[in-house]
Amino acid sequence: MMELIKDTKIDFIALRKKAFVVSGILVLIGVFAFVMISLGKANLSIDFTGGTNVQVRFAQKVSIGDLRRALTDGGIEDVQIQEVSGTGDFFIKTKLSDTEKESLTSKITTILSSQLKGAKFEVLGSNMVGPGVGRDLKKYAIIAIVLALLGIIIYIAWRFTFVSGIAATIATFHDVLAIAGVFYFFNKEFNLLVITALLTVAGYSLQDTVVVFDRIRENSGKMKSRDDFGNIINVSINEVLSRTIVTGITTLISLGAIMIFGGEVLFDFAFALFLGLIVGTYSSIFVASPIVYAWRQKLR
Amino acid sequence: MIKSLKLRFILILVFLVVSIVYCLPNVVELGGVWKKYLPSDKIHLGLDLKGGMHLLLELDTSKLMDNIIDRRMNSLKDAMISDGVRFLGIDRKGSTIIVSIRPDQKEKLFNVVGNKFSDLKAGASKPEGDLLNIELLVPENQLASIKDNAVNQALETIRNRIDQFGVSEPVIVKQGENQILVQLPGVKDPQRALELIGKTAQLEFKLVDEEATARVGSGAIPADDEVLKIRSKNRETGVETTAPIVLKRQALLTGELLTDARISMGGRDIGSEISVGLEFNSEGARIFDKVTAENVGKRLAIVLDNTVYSAPQIRERISGGKASITGGFTVDEAKDLAIVLRAGALPAPVKVVQNITIGPTLGQDSINKGVLATLLASIFVIIFMVIYYRYSGIIANVALALNLIYLLGVFSAFKATMTLPGIAGIALTIGMGVDSNVLIFERIREELRLGKTVRAAVEGGYAKAWVAIFDSHITTLITAAVLFIFGTGPIKGFAITLIFGMIINLFTAVFGSKTIFDWILAKYKPRTLSI
Repeated sequence: MMELIKDTKIDFIALRKKAFVVSGILVLIGVFAFVMISLGKANLSIDFTGGTNVQVRFAQKVSIGDLRRALTDGGIEDVQIQEVSGTGDFFIKTKLSDTEKESLTSKITTILSSQLKGAKFEVLGSNMVGPGVGRDLKKYAIIAIVLALLGIIIYIAWRFTFVSGIAATIATFHDVLAIAGVFYFFNKEFNLLVITALLTVAGYSLQDTVVVFDRIRENSGKMKSRDDFGNIINVSINEVLSRTIVTGITTLISLGAIMIFGGEVLFDFAFALFLGLIVGTYSSIFVASPIVYAWRQKLR
Repeated sequence: MIKSLKLRFILILVFLVVSIVYCLPNVVELGGVWKKYLPSDKIHLGLDLKGGMHLLLELDTSKLMDNIIDRRMNSLKDAMISDGVRFLGIDRKGSTIIVSIRPDQKEKLFNVVGNKFSDLKAGASKPEGDLLNIELLVPENQLASIKDNAVNQALETIRNRIDQFGVSEPVIVKQGENQILVQLPGVKDPQRALELIGKTAQLEFKLVDEEATARVGSGAIPADDEVLKIRSKNRETGVETTAPIVLKRQALLTGELLTDARISMGGRDIGSEISVGLEFNSEGARIFDKVTAENVGKRLAIVLDNTVYSAPQIRERISGGKASITGGFTVDEAKDLAIVLRAGALPAPVKVVQNITIGPTLGQDSINKGVLATLLASIFVIIFMVIYYRYSGIIANVALALNLIYLLGVFSAFKATMTLPGIAGIALTIGMGVDSNVLIFERIREELRLGKTVRAAVEGGYAKAWVAIFDSHITTLITAAVLFIFGTGPIKGFAITLIFGMIINLFTAVFGSKTIFDWILAKYKPRTLSI
């Protein structure tokens, strides 16, 4: 029998104060990021701000500087250019969107072919979002997150206890905020895919929490010693620890494969999930269960 | 769980065969009898994989309202004149038409409105000196239904245009109040498609006001005139130039009365101009005949979306209801113009609020990368499971393989759309899918440590792990369902993969792997378990 860990007896409940400090910091960073996102000061994708994103592939070597100069000379000044390293692919992003007269994508192609004479390129794809659409999307994203969380609290409250539902939701919020914070500080772009990843993280983190809660429920029934709830939690977490680690490894392997081989579009998505997996596992052990514990202590 | 092992295997096999049958068209081209009786649909690829265009169009309903109220106002004016209602002014403010009359004409006016304009409601009448300003308005609910009709009409028109342009499997649906979603998979020339769909195609014939045109730029133009641009194109260089031209505001004839529009390549002489030939219905032909007869010698401007294409002189009366538009068109331009004129005008201009275009190269790139990532993820996970759980790991891997085959089968059978995030969803399902087996195996190990027999340990492991597996699947399903409801295109693809993946996983990872375990236990009665 191959085992990564064996008969652990870690006192997780005793570590809860330290964990709350760590989590508090993570949540604060997340809240700060969330405020900045709401104020539109984060790196939001054009899905939310409106604008145009064009992906072009050059046949020969061109630098970001060349591209920027060409576009500025052609009259497009507010522009972000990102190169996909190792390829001739560039993402050209601007807040401008189509006018009634012409589409911005064709304007960019016209400028590039007239300014960079002799350079051969192909437009791989483009995405134009009018200014009004982003508002709707933001609204839908928020509704979706709220509804998902609500559905989950109700389910967990029904299957376990109301306190468990609340604790699981706090842990989930904690995870989503922490990832938002990390993304904000790495100046990663918030796009629809990243929001999707956040919701998936919520689902994953809950899956973990549910497994731990399930074991706590089972052990509470078995031990019947009401006075040492902390011990029950510790035993339960230690019992599911090997499962937590093994599943963590298999999921990280999958996500790692997407990050390395899945291409530029999926990288951030997989990165968010990757972070979520780590934070989600942490929170089900160090946030969700200790909250239930702290609540019980208070009631007495 | 079903007791009989045989029955359980049959169930798994039936699902497997059905899935493989549904998957087949993705791998091989079926022919002959096979094609007739077996499903032939491939997995539907989303725009992000297939390449194509996703457009969100918004109908400018305020402009539409303007047009409708204007038209009402003009017909009311005509009706008052022909019925002898003496009025001193007619004007509009928003969606309200205001008629100024002397009080003694009030009854006559109301008669005209009552008989001919049932959709107009009389509002307040305000005295101003010895005049009465009577407000007439189109009721709210009527406006709403006009808007609704306009969106439906625009949708129909766009559908017609796309059908004639020739795109396979387009999606054209109404979204929200005044938006239309158009998806054109695999479209080759997105710019051309965009112009074809987005053109209002309001065709009008108007008389040129020569006098005012001559002194354009200096001094005011008459109130019932308008200044538009006339377009001309140098046929050698293709350069387009415009010049101002003054037209009578009133349209003598519009595109509504067209029955046909065809590209015509001109005569036999080389270099003769490409034009679009128009054919009017009988009413249009009658009006055209009358207009040309009354205005011989004058110039008649052909106006499309407020740009004058040409303004030929009327040499003689034209009967038969045929006309043509020239304007230095290329063959494609003329073809597209004929399409939009045949399909009819949009009731109001549309604005493109979202345009996602994905070239075929990018789509293929994404497929390759996504498939590679998924394959590698599977291989790594499979190897890990065998190293960690030995023979039991192989059972988990069989369950995983079943999951993947079922998933592809379900995708094909339900004609669900696979997107790039959807492929990522498959990779994620692989990682998370083995979680159920990890939970079960860890439980079995615990039972074994307690000294239970192999059979008892397996039974106990499955029974105890089941609750946690079920609950965790449900929570993931809740989030996936929300994503499915609120997500757009690619994200819906991710959500649907997760939903199918989770449901199938409950079957394969629990029912499937248990069946294999039971079979091995019954057949070999092992004393130890390789786990």
